[in-house]
Amino acid sequence: MTTTVTLRVNGSERHIEADPATPLLDVLRTRLGLVGARFGCGRNQCGACHVLVDGYAVASCDTPLWAAEGKEVVTVEGLGTPEKPHPLQAAFIAEQALQCGYCIPGILISAAALLKRQPNPQETEVRAALDRNLCRCGAHNRIVRAVLRAAKEMQPA
Amino acid sequence: MSGSTSATAAPERRLPGNLQTNPRLSKWLRFRPDGFVEISPGKVEIGQGILTTLTQIAADELDVGLERVRVLTAKTTYSPNEGVTSGSLSVQDSGMALRYACAEARAIFLAAAAERLGIGVGALEVADGTIEGPGNARTSYWELAEEELLDRDATGTVPPKAPARRKLAGRSIARIDAPAKICGMPAFVQDLALPDMLHGRVLKPPRPEARLTALDEAAARACPGVVAVVRDGSFAGVVAQTLESARAGLEQLRRGATWDGGAPLPDEANLRSWLKVQPVETTEVSAKGDLASGGAARTVRREYSRPFLSHASMAPSCAIAQWTDGGLRVWTHTQGIFNLRADLAIVLSMPAEKIIVEHHEGAGCYGQNGADDVALDAVLLAKSAGGRPVRLEWSREDELCTGPVGAAMAIDISADLDAGGEVIGWRHDVWSNGHVSRPGRAKIPTLAAASQLARPFERFISVNPPLAGGGGAERNSVPGYNFPAWRITSHRLLTMPIRTSSLRTLGGFANVFAIESFVDELASLRGEDPLDYRLRHLPDKRARAVLETAADCAGWRSWQKREGFGHGLAFARYKGFGAYCAVVSEVEGEADIRVRRLVIAVDVGEAINPDGVANQIEGGAIQATSWTLKEAVRFDRSSITSIDFASYPILRFSEVPTVEVTVMPRADEPPLGAGEAALGPTGAAIANAVFDALGTRVRDLPITRERIIGSMA
Repeated sequence: MTTTVTLRVNGSERHIEADPATPLLDVLRTRLGLVGARFGCGRNQCGACHVLVDGYAVASCDTPLWAAEGKEVVTVEGLGTPEKPHPLQAAFIAEQALQCGYCIPGILISAAALLKRQPNPQETEVRAALDRNLCRCGAHNRIVRAVLRAAKEMQPA
Repeated sequence: MSGSTSATAAPERRLPGNLQTNPRLSKWLRFRPDGFVEISPGKVEIGQGILTTLTQIAADELDVGLERVRVLTAKTTYSPNEGVTSGSLSVQDSGMALRYACAEARAIFLAAAAERLGIGVGALEVADGTIEGPGNARTSYWELAEEELLDRDATGTVPPKAPARRKLAGRSIARIDAPAKICGMPAFVQDLALPDMLHGRVLKPPRPEARLTALDEAAARACPGVVAVVRDGSFAGVVAQTLESARAGLEQLRRGATWDGGAPLPDEANLRSWLKVQPVETTEVSAKGDLASGGAARTVRREYSRPFLSHASMAPSCAIAQWTDGGLRVWTHTQGIFNLRADLAIVLSMPAEKIIVEHHEGAGCYGQNGADDVALDAVLLAKSAGGRPVRLEWSREDELCTGPVGAAMAIDISADLDAGGEVIGWRHDVWSNGHVSRPGRAKIPTLAAASQLARPFERFISVNPPLAGGGGAERNSVPGYNFPAWRITSHRLLTMPIRTSSLRTLGGFANVFAIESFVDELASLRGEDPLDYRLRHLPDKRARAVLETAADCAGWRSWQKREGFGHGLAFARYKGFGAYCAVVSEVEGEADIRVRRLVIAVDVGEAINPDGVANQIEGGAIQATSWTLKEAVRFDRSSITSIDFASYPILRFSEVPTVEVTVMPRADEPPLGAGEAALGPTGAAIANAVFDALGTRVRDLPITRERIIGSMA
């Protein structure tokens, strides 16, 4: 059942030899070594595995590889690095918006999708946009502050 | 300078923290010639930021920059055995050990430098690890690193810096692990990819204690990518080349499995009654004064309960195991590497020294989740992997249905009141399963699979740890109020259809919920403000200070009563001797309660990292809000039915209240731990606010629409 599926991941074209039913999350983590998207539930209920697919925040745990064929996939690694963080990542560091950090990459992806469609969100919009993401440690309010801070810093001067 | 201190030169007094049990200085820290100091605490990062806190403490005492400190992950080959990372004890136990170890290390190195430079110790100063004296005299920790000066036992006689001289401890230093985690770098045991690694899955029994009577192994073995099918009694699983093939193999195995027997579960609808009719072991927790005295004008009795609660950590448990010629290696997010190793040694009938257990972080950990169980599962699977490492990540359903959960509890409190409504006698009874089945403490192993093997171990029934350490079900059951007489009694269940172990605060959450709900009711019966009532009965100044601070910050006394809104407050000192915490809660709603705001004051003694403390308190308060409003493990008579986040919902972003935290400045007081202080008072403050809003008391958690309507009936 193995076929070749072509997609763009963090700006590079990738050809993946795999069963096209393989979850996108498995491909990212075990084939491409991109471990920022994380397994939480396997049922699109927690958001830990969120990645951008053509700009939309999508649960990669229940997205089959074939559904990403020809699409642009961005993972948290594609947003920025510790040396050159995305403004959202810089804001999360500034606000110390984490405890364990396991849910954070998925939340950053949801936040990035939000800021793309709504660059200047209200707090309630941020909370609504992050409602598909769960955080068990209780870092929610720091996270919301960080997203609002990033939005402010990303405004054109 | 003499060489290492002999073992007979035992310290005469108790050493600080876990130096007492691990006195060798080189176990805690070592200087490296390349300009770094390695610290190796036995406590582990579970999302609480402890490694940052320990880095601050070490850098401060040694007079080096934070970036010169490298923290080694805990490993049985070199770490001090610090038991389990639990109970909000890491700063007291590990932090204070490290503080004294570093103070002593600094003194030892200064003495060595003085000898080398021919200058008195008093003339030397340390700046970022460089030791300087008058003129151009200088050396450094790094130059002296190879002299093995720390191969000796601590004496505990070198005092650490006075609070006013600390430069790093007491400051809100940013988490050292934040940038990597926020940028999605490999950080968790789930992210480890070892060479030649295989993937495992395990077959979980459909109900507790069910036996596997038949298994079609051939069908699973025929699945592409499946390397091995493993069976040992009622334990079964697959080992495969990829995650996908492991999942497919397990599905085949599931179809070909026949299970028999198993223990029935209680009736979920009558949990409180069920708890009270089980066989129990009864213990008197505390008794004070004369309860039998006459003169009570009336006696008020109330019943409270909480359900079983899931950890619902964001990551299902995961471990990697590898059998090698010499023994066994395990990579795990356990809270206690030595404890896990001890139980593995019992199960496997092998010497503990042949097992290397290495900690790698998991997602946020709030007590004993499946971390230890999954490690044994991985070890059993890896037996059939021909020496290759096997990674086993449980499914979400495995985690919720077979990992340990927090025990359900029933609590009865009655108070004898005099004619003025003042308490003259108080009785508190708690019925609950034990709150601890941690590995490495009993003669039999507590790991889940141990009782499933062909030669099974007896299934461990959870126990309660000694009250001197905070107790289990009875934690926080002794009121902090100066009532003249009381009797506190704990009834530990001797049956355990649903497997329980430590969940954040153990019994503390439910006991504080019950006591603080009841105290509120007693104040209300007297027509007295709940704040005034508590202040009047709290002799401890620090207790009163957090209550007054939280009340002031919340504007307690200027609250304007409005239809559909309520406020409530609650207080507890965690374990009776830990951190003080007071919470004011503001809620809105008629049947669907929304918590709008939590205002909290906490006194943790010395706060090494005040923002870290605030983060822990915020997180604890939000988790407690989730427990209080939403959470209960659901089950029918045969199995747990909370199998995912749809059937075990937790609080979402749009439901999270604002949380305002004041950390009391207490730099001169010993640190008390922050991780668990907020949960009990938050739950009780919400319940009291619900009463204020609706005039009805919900005494069985969670406070759902159904329970509110039920309480009005």
